[in-house]
Amino acid sequence: MTIARVDRPRRAGTVSKASGTGGTGSLPLRRRQRRRSRLTALAFVTPLLAYLAAFYVYPLYRNLDLSLRDYTVRSFVSGDAPFSGWDNFQKVLDDPTFGPAMRHTMIFTFVSIAFQYAIGLALAVFFNRHFRLAPTLRALFLIPWLLPLIVSASSWSWMLNSESGVVNYFLHFFGVDPVGWLTSPDWALTSVIIANIWIGIPFNLVILYSGLQNIPGELYEAASLDGASAWQQFRRITFPLLRPVSAITLLLGLVYTLKVFDLIWIMTKGGPGDASSTLATWSYQLGFGSLLPKFGPGAAVGNILILIALVFGLLYIRVQSGQRRQET
Amino acid sequence: MKSRTGSRRYTLIGLLLTALMLFPVYWMLNVSLTPQQDMRKTPPDLFPLHPTFEGYRAVVDDQMPYLGTSLLIGLGTVALTLVLAAPAGYALAKLRPFGGGALGLVLLVAQMIPGIVMAMGFYGIFLDLGLLNSWWGLIVADSTIAVPFGVMIFTAFMSGIPGELIAASRIDGAGTFRTFWSVVLPVSRNAVVTVSLFSFLWAWSDFVFANTLDGGGDWRPITLGIYKYIGNNNQEWNAIMATAVVASIPATVLLVLAQRYVAAGVTAGAVKD
Repeated sequence: MTIARVDRPRRAGTVSKASGTGGTGSLPLRRRQRRRSRLTALAFVTPLLAYLAAFYVYPLYRNLDLSLRDYTVRSFVSGDAPFSGWDNFQKVLDDPTFGPAMRHTMIFTFVSIAFQYAIGLALAVFFNRHFRLAPTLRALFLIPWLLPLIVSASSWSWMLNSESGVVNYFLHFFGVDPVGWLTSPDWALTSVIIANIWIGIPFNLVILYSGLQNIPGELYEAASLDGASAWQQFRRITFPLLRPVSAITLLLGLVYTLKVFDLIWIMTKGGPGDASSTLATWSYQLGFGSLLPKFGPGAAVGNILILIALVFGLLYIRVQSGQRRQET
Repeated sequence: MKSRTGSRRYTLIGLLLTALMLFPVYWMLNVSLTPQQDMRKTPPDLFPLHPTFEGYRAVVDDQMPYLGTSLLIGLGTVALTLVLAAPAGYALAKLRPFGGGALGLVLLVAQMIPGIVMAMGFYGIFLDLGLLNSWWGLIVADSTIAVPFGVMIFTAFMSGIPGELIAASRIDGAGTFRTFWSVVLPVSRNAVVTVSLFSFLWAWSDFVFANTLDGGGDWRPITLGIYKYIGNNNQEWNAIMATAVVASIPATVLLVLAQRYVAAGVTAGAVKD
């Protein structure tokens, strides 16, 4: 997924306004025109506003409502569950799964991001060297990111199979005993992290690569005239000049990775036990994963997850608008 | 600048890295062609020396309805996303409605909400309305992934359309809607392609909404087709992987046909152009 942003449209028309104030007779007409254009603008956005209210605000409201009431399967259908305040949140925080789920979410997110970023950056620098076939190979690198997650997740599941998986087969050449990637509690989280890193590399590569395009080539020419080594050029030019793009990449990565659900659910269902459960999978597990759904606690976990995502999301918005202010 | 041999060395390293990166994709293809009796052989066959198409036959026998549903849902999501996002993007870019800036912020935040939370909210609503297990309910849910992204792509793109073009159309007597339809939209072809491409891919790949909102009906998408194969404790991994290969076709086709739109979509917003 990507997150798009809008450049606030530049205020056009300030010039025409200044020239229009000269003629007094044109003023009411102008005002009427402006009001009409405001109305047409409204007509163009109204469908979107209605849509957002019905399919974003309302589901989120329902979710909040779920987390504040004591729902059972019956009252979920009939809709008369009693209000229970913060009970669901309290229940969730006291649950022995909460600690591990929170910890796994953080480990999953930060380890994934660290590797995705490091590998993505290395590849971006590498592909920036304009060799033959570079554009084609760079395009091929996008494939993991475009595949449906269930495809990647099931491919990795089979590759990591403890008895017949190709990963264990390769490892045995290095004298490594078969690892129970998805079946051992010690390895399950590592396994889903590996798969997630693989999926996230293309995104980091593409963004960082396009960031590299904005670094003027003369800087490198000057540096190499001064005898700077490739590593020095990277440390003194590439890395510092890429910092704004890096910040955006990392924050976006955080927001996406926090909400990863499909991959973990398909590969391990958060198990074995809760060895690889994160807030996202736990929330689903509570709400839909058993025959006796606990919608209230499930929604509460979901809302905690939103809160965490929003913290990083707002940080992203601040960093980005700060950068844009610097540009202008 | 670089010597010829240097460049060739980079190409070689690049090929190796790409091969390493795409190994899981290759392995999926290889397993999809492996006969069932060789599936658990050690060492595994690294190349499909005795290819079988039983996996693909299973796809044709079992998965066709799922693929059809996914196609329908994907196209429906594209249509709904375009209808909502293109006019809104135009308004935000050129008509400056009240609260346009706030709306931009809302759309940005909307893209950060975890799908699993939306799914839970939708579940309650769809249960009330009797929309569970319907294909068009899933189109609505899937479109929530793409609409905010779409609006922002359109806004960014349409901000770049010269004002003179729109003014000229006004002088010719066209109203705002006419201008939008016959001047702005045709010029925005690239944005239309990018938005369509991503909304199709996201709807096609969606698993969260499908699994929560459409788990039991007659209209289930291909992601659930694969999931059902895995969930049945099915050991026929060639059939599972063959389905996965078929499910990857749209992504591959789109990458080949529309590579630059893909890259444009990924970087949109994250980096200044």
